[in-house]
Amino acid sequence: MRLTGARILMECLRAEGVEVFFGYPGGVVLPLYNTLGEYPDIKHVLVRHEQAAAHAADGYARVAGRTGVCLATSGPGATNLVTGITTAYMDSVPMVVLTGNVARDLIGRDGFQEADITGITLPITKHNYLLMRASEIAPAVKEAFHIASTGRKGPVLVDIPKDVFIEEAEWDGYPQGVSLRGYPIMDVPREEEVVKAAETINAAKKPIIIAGHGVVQSEAQAELVEFAERSDTPVLTTLLGISGMPEDHDLSYGFLGMHGHFYANMAADKADVVIGIGMRFDDRAMGRFSDFNPTAKIVHIDIDPAEIGKNFKTHAPVNGDVKETLTRLLPQIEQNSHPEWLAEIDQIMAQHPTDYVEEGTSLGGPWLVQALAEATEGQSTIVTGVGQHQMWAAQYYPYTKQRQWVTSGGLGTMGYEVPAAMGAQFAQREPIWSICGDGGFQMTSQELQTVAEHNLPVRFAIFNNGFLGMVRQWQELFYANNYHSVDLGQPDFVKLAEAYGVRGVRATTRAEAMQVFRDLEGYDGPVVIDFQLEREENVWPMVPAGAALSETIESAEDL
Amino acid sequence: MASRNTIVAHVEDRPGVLARVASLFRRRGFNIESLTVGHCEEPGLSRMTIVVDGDDHQVDQVCRQLFKLIDVVSVQDITYAPMVDRELALIKVSATNFNRREVLDVVEMFRADVVDVHSEALILQVLGDEGKVDAAVTMFEQFGILEMVRTGRIAMVRGTETTKPPAISDSQQAAAAIRAMLGRRPEGVLPFASD
Repeated sequence: MRLTGARILMECLRAEGVEVFFGYPGGVVLPLYNTLGEYPDIKHVLVRHEQAAAHAADGYARVAGRTGVCLATSGPGATNLVTGITTAYMDSVPMVVLTGNVARDLIGRDGFQEADITGITLPITKHNYLLMRASEIAPAVKEAFHIASTGRKGPVLVDIPKDVFIEEAEWDGYPQGVSLRGYPIMDVPREEEVVKAAETINAAKKPIIIAGHGVVQSEAQAELVEFAERSDTPVLTTLLGISGMPEDHDLSYGFLGMHGHFYANMAADKADVVIGIGMRFDDRAMGRFSDFNPTAKIVHIDIDPAEIGKNFKTHAPVNGDVKETLTRLLPQIEQNSHPEWLAEIDQIMAQHPTDYVEEGTSLGGPWLVQALAEATEGQSTIVTGVGQHQMWAAQYYPYTKQRQWVTSGGLGTMGYEVPAAMGAQFAQREPIWSICGDGGFQMTSQELQTVAEHNLPVRFAIFNNGFLGMVRQWQELFYANNYHSVDLGQPDFVKLAEAYGVRGVRATTRAEAMQVFRDLEGYDGPVVIDFQLEREENVWPMVPAGAALSETIESAEDL
Repeated sequence: MASRNTIVAHVEDRPGVLARVASLFRRRGFNIESLTVGHCEEPGLSRMTIVVDGDDHQVDQVCRQLFKLIDVVSVQDITYAPMVDRELALIKVSATNFNRREVLDVVEMFRADVVDVHSEALILQVLGDEGKVDAAVTMFEQFGILEMVRTGRIAMVRGTETTKPPAISDSQQAAAAIRAMLGRRPEGVLPFASD
């Protein structure tokens, strides 16, 4: 059967089971939009800016545990995706990005709306394609989904010139498999590596687990818990590893890093064996590399062989998928107990709790997250932007379910919170809480229109302190209070919401906030809540930039 | 630790592969001394010989990052393997009736070839390993080098062992073969293990 390139692409998406994708039309993708009506089972969500299409696909992917798909036209449409693609690349989120390009005979001639998007995205995609024939579409899309969703996951871009959408090619069904010689699946670890890791862990006196995004992506929470229990090892997570370990578990000790829990940072620094699982020993998590716990032996389990040994000397490297590896490791782990070690951390925890909730009636970040946790019984999916509100959301919400936490960790993309929450809401019915900064919200608030159009029950909770809070905190602490370009003017967020046909409410006191939580019970539409926070609250604890984890401070006096 | 390391990579012969490799080196801040690309024994694959500066850790990262490129089929660090390495240089030396004989004496010493003769210049072809080419260049400098081009290193492991990529369809075997190739120590054990 002969089909146009546009139809072949849609047949491929259908074969992949894509239920929703996020896009924005333009000249060169018109042949594709012309066929969308014939594929009503594949929902196209029209965003209001292409950046939002990429973030929405990313948010959807993280919550659904499937590959997110987005689409943009050539030139500015494609370049607007770049921030979203990089965000997904840094956090290893599976995504297939479709772009149109100018007709083949115009490529390289600087035609209208031409951008070399495969060149531009070379360092921010796991792989990309520029297709020059309609017959290449099916195999390339099959490969794109395969590459995006296996190994260390990531975004793959497929760029299709306008006339390739129109060209016909033979369609004899979606390809069954891929043949990628340079891309073997490395899920199963080598036995000798597993044995060495098990020996190291069994011999440890003060072991610690640092669980990363790989645990969440591999959906290995059950295996992680069993591993921790059997080896009696306390578990920390990285920022992105949050929700990989149920935080109500006795062995859960929060997350480590620049604004991680004090006791978590100390535990990582005092351990004799550090077991990194599905994480990459990033600088924000580990502090100054040269002074991170120099005597610890490092066991590192990761799917990406290039991550092992990249930042730290590794005593026991294990290259494999987290779930596959833990399943093979578990039978070799001896039942163990480390009461003294746990007591040591518990004591640090008792002396240095992460509890910066202050008495009073005004709204503070820590109090607000705790109140939200109570109102939602700790069951909500939380999406955040980047900054102070993100850190409070990480510190004070008790995450227990995998994929309950969605944040831009590696790239730290402000403005992520609005479109990512919107995309994530397509993956689940229960309302998603988007914890927004008042700065980040203003970057992508145009998506309120999309949210309203689909009547998505997202709760946009703006942690509004009228400042770029995290930047202000740095200016206060490290630049002698020299505030510059951080005092943000802003629209009336309630009126803004209402202008989009979205419910808008405001809370300035704790009592009002509690009332808002009560009012929203059972409400199944979108809402924007302008929580007016104390203006100059700081996030504690903190590892100053360039300092070691052992130098974590708990207030400005410690500087 | 060698400062000049030799890496052999087999890559799919597709448009843009060189750009991917170059982009990776730029992005990760690796220093390429030379990079040569050409056909190899298998149609559809190209063979790259890459000479990089760096310590063990950097070279290990180069190999691992290179292998992450989908179009890169295999990567091998053959710095410490017994190997033959060669490069070719074309050197245009100024030579007139007065000193041509002297130049030709040096040519003979290096078993180089004269590939073009002009009343005031010669083009010489020097073939050998990097050290030999360096030495020849130094010697010819006294006559005045007008122009020079060097191909960069190509290399091949001695004996029956090859750097050919594994032709394996089974994914597990492929993974094992690749893991055995990656890493600076034998058996794929990582460098810098604290043991």
